[in-house]
Amino acid sequence: MGKKPKVEAWYEPIAKKHDKPRPVLLNCVKAFLAGGALCALMEIIQDLLTKYANMPKTEATSTSLVILIAVTALITGLGYYDVLAQKVGAGLAVPITGFANSVVSATLEHKSEGYVLGSACNSMKLAGAVIVFGTLSAFVVAVIMLILGVF
Amino acid sequence: MLQKGRQTWFFDPRPTIFATGTVVGRTEGEGPLGADFDFIQKDNHAGKDSFEKAEQAMLEQACSFALTKSGIAPKDIDFFIAGDLLNQITASGYTARNFKAPYLGIFAACATSMEGLALASLLISSGMAKNVLTATSSHNCTAERQFRYPNEYGFQRPPSSQYTASAAGAAVILPQGGPVSIDSATIGKVVDLKNCDPVNMGKAMAPAAADTILTHMQERGVSASDYDLICTGDLGEIGRDIAWDLLSREGFTYDKTRFVDCGMMLYQGNKKVFAGGSGCGCCASVGYGHIYKKIASSELGKVLLVATGALFSPISLQQCESIATIAHAVALERS
Amino acid sequence: MDILWAFIIGGIICVIGQLLFDVAKLTPGHTLCILVVAGSILGGLGIYPALVEVGNAGATLPISSFGNSLLQGALDGAAKNGFWGIWEGILGKVSSGVSAAIIFAFFAALIFNPKS
Repeated sequence: MGKKPKVEAWYEPIAKKHDKPRPVLLNCVKAFLAGGALCALMEIIQDLLTKYANMPKTEATSTSLVILIAVTALITGLGYYDVLAQKVGAGLAVPITGFANSVVSATLEHKSEGYVLGSACNSMKLAGAVIVFGTLSAFVVAVIMLILGVF
Repeated sequence: MLQKGRQTWFFDPRPTIFATGTVVGRTEGEGPLGADFDFIQKDNHAGKDSFEKAEQAMLEQACSFALTKSGIAPKDIDFFIAGDLLNQITASGYTARNFKAPYLGIFAACATSMEGLALASLLISSGMAKNVLTATSSHNCTAERQFRYPNEYGFQRPPSSQYTASAAGAAVILPQGGPVSIDSATIGKVVDLKNCDPVNMGKAMAPAAADTILTHMQERGVSASDYDLICTGDLGEIGRDIAWDLLSREGFTYDKTRFVDCGMMLYQGNKKVFAGGSGCGCCASVGYGHIYKKIASSELGKVLLVATGALFSPISLQQCESIATIAHAVALERS
Repeated sequence: MDILWAFIIGGIICVIGQLLFDVAKLTPGHTLCILVVAGSILGGLGIYPALVEVGNAGATLPISSFGNSLLQGALDGAAKNGFWGIWEGILGKVSSGVSAAIIFAFFAALIFNPKS
């Protein structure tokens, strides 16, 4: 651990002059449209489940997530996910699809080292951070709320 | 007999590249230099059950091409100098195992090809070997999974990122007889301007390339105009422009159209590669393929091949160490 | 109308993620952790549940909802058993997401090969 070094002061402006900047605005538009569309899709799936499968709302939400995760696994396995993700960035990374893809891609990638030590051990390589920090922050917030008696 | 500046070896008599072997992947084969390679491996797995084994197979195949063309059997190799990007350079080690050859494993990241060629030339020129096989390889999928993310992970690459070439290049060096001779080699110093961005390698490596090129000109006592082509390994568009800027500031004058980069030549126009190609196999395949053929056919006279490499690991980066880089240069000429 | 709000809210959260990628130059790992922790904190402040009311799937699909669900689980557990209930409840509501990811990932690994 430690502090990230800073690029030498005389070099940074020279390098910056020749840089290819990221198309921030375009990326944001694509992320908005793709992420929004995915959420709209989930809303539609949820509606269908509550109407035609007679599911209560919370169950419909969970089931919709499971469906989207399954679709992500399929698209990742078929090799299309990373192509889509290159185009829409956070539009796929921020929804649960990003989490699912991180687990699927890691599990799939390490198949060559065996299912136990390869796939299984490495499956949470990327998703682990989200689970760790999510759980940690939920714990801290819950304890604070408990102490303050505010729930 | 060889003479030595601080970083530069002048070879007299000059050793020669007698024969080469190059094997590339599908994307590389579809590029503008496709016809210059000995074999295009269209299967990412090369029929093996892992990407690492595929890379080793490609390396071995490139070596076999070079050996067959020079009429040398694996058991008659004096020394095999090789390296790659895999942890513990296993592609090279296992190729050496299969050839049963005395093996010198080396590592200079993407600059490995020229380090190998320089050392092979040193062994031949000093009379310590009658023949040397030098080779290197890289593979897009092994590099991604080792240095960055699993291959199917949805990571959005920025425009400055580069594409590791799936390619292997090998060369047999003999004291005489080859169409291309090796005039000199400049061994690079490690240069580190505290860059920390692993998706902008060009920015990190450009200073090393500039440093080695200027050192070579000064120690060898030549000027840039003596070279028909100055070809960097894998600086990419951004790195090449920065290197040119740095060189110009030092009074370097040259025809910019002849200041080229293997990583850019390999994939000309392919949007998938963003700023350009990278990997040890980049300089090796283009150098031992396209450039070697152009010099052998006298379309090019003198060429300076400058391979560039980044000496970091994912762990060193996460431990807040900057990206140290190096560039090795070898001067080639028609025999 | 629900669908429109889902689209808008979901889109906005994704734009926040994209800005963290492109302007703050953070890795996906760092960005998603920030969003998850934000979901937890906003859940505690009562803001996230309100967002879910308005945006529906637009708020439950993004990874920030994972943080909120973890917190709601912890609070459910705390309501039952105080501090020791937190441990029991915390992962309760995220079971479908995590198990689905693990199980479908394994099936995918059985069927497919990377980059072929």
